[in-house]
Amino acid sequence: MENFTPFSATVGGLLIGLATSILWVANGRQAGVSGIVGGIFPIHRGDVLWRVIFIVGLPVGAVLGLWIGPMLFSEVPVIRPTLALDPSILVIGGVIVGVGTQLGSGCTSGHGICGISRLSKRSFTAVLTFLATAALTVFVMRHVI
Amino acid sequence: MNRSLPALLAAAASGIIFGIGLAISRMIDPQKVLNFLDFAAIPSGGWDPSLAFVMLGGVLVAFFGMRLDRLMVAPLAVPSFIRQVHFEIDRPIVTGAAIFGLGWGLTGLCPGPAIANLGLIPSSIALFVAAMLVGSWSMGQIMQWSANRRAGG
Repeated sequence: MENFTPFSATVGGLLIGLATSILWVANGRQAGVSGIVGGIFPIHRGDVLWRVIFIVGLPVGAVLGLWIGPMLFSEVPVIRPTLALDPSILVIGGVIVGVGTQLGSGCTSGHGICGISRLSKRSFTAVLTFLATAALTVFVMRHVI
Repeated sequence: MNRSLPALLAAAASGIIFGIGLAISRMIDPQKVLNFLDFAAIPSGGWDPSLAFVMLGGVLVAFFGMRLDRLMVAPLAVPSFIRQVHFEIDRPIVTGAAIFGLGWGLTGLCPGPAIANLGLIPSSIALFVAAMLVGSWSMGQIMQWSANRRAGG
């Protein structure tokens, strides 16, 4: 199991759980990224600014995390990730992710963290479904084509 | 009244901590996500189970965090909790999740890490985020139109 990073993965997960808990306890909202983004439009007064601030916080946190991570764990690389994807795949993939998360009411955070934590059957179904189609897609891309 | 200062500070703290978690766990790296989704690599030892540990860590904390409302009259910064309203396992949730998984497997990117990457590799991720917003908005319009048509008979 090359590149397996159990310690940083668990601690990163604990932080994501903490972030989710803060948004619920303070703002009464479920921290599903696709839902927070998708809820900006149509604009409802009083319901936009917190979404924008949360969304801006993600890249700010990522910059901090890229710096903190390697200091805490020797298993975490210092480098930024690289995208080795063709622009056409990025556009097609982006549209598919946008359509799917809107229709399916959530993504890896909303269903995967919030929904599973609340033991929601709807979210369990969603997680098993997107894991299955994602794994199938990776299988085809890496081992068939 | 989601515009109160405490509510906005909580949103900022949540977003920033979420982003730190995504970077420390390296879920910002689509290649690492794809290495988890590649279950066919298990026999050869090339599989990376890290993503499961991220989920485990997240659920471990959120399992308790998402139940704290039982001890509270209202959230700390706003008047009320926005709770789940749909409980049925219907066609949209299964179809939508299946479509999302297709895009996730194709790119290794989901909404959280994609947006977080705007801070790390903005020029290469911008196209994906823009396409994702177009997809999400268009689907929202279609769903709204179809709901209106049903309501109108």
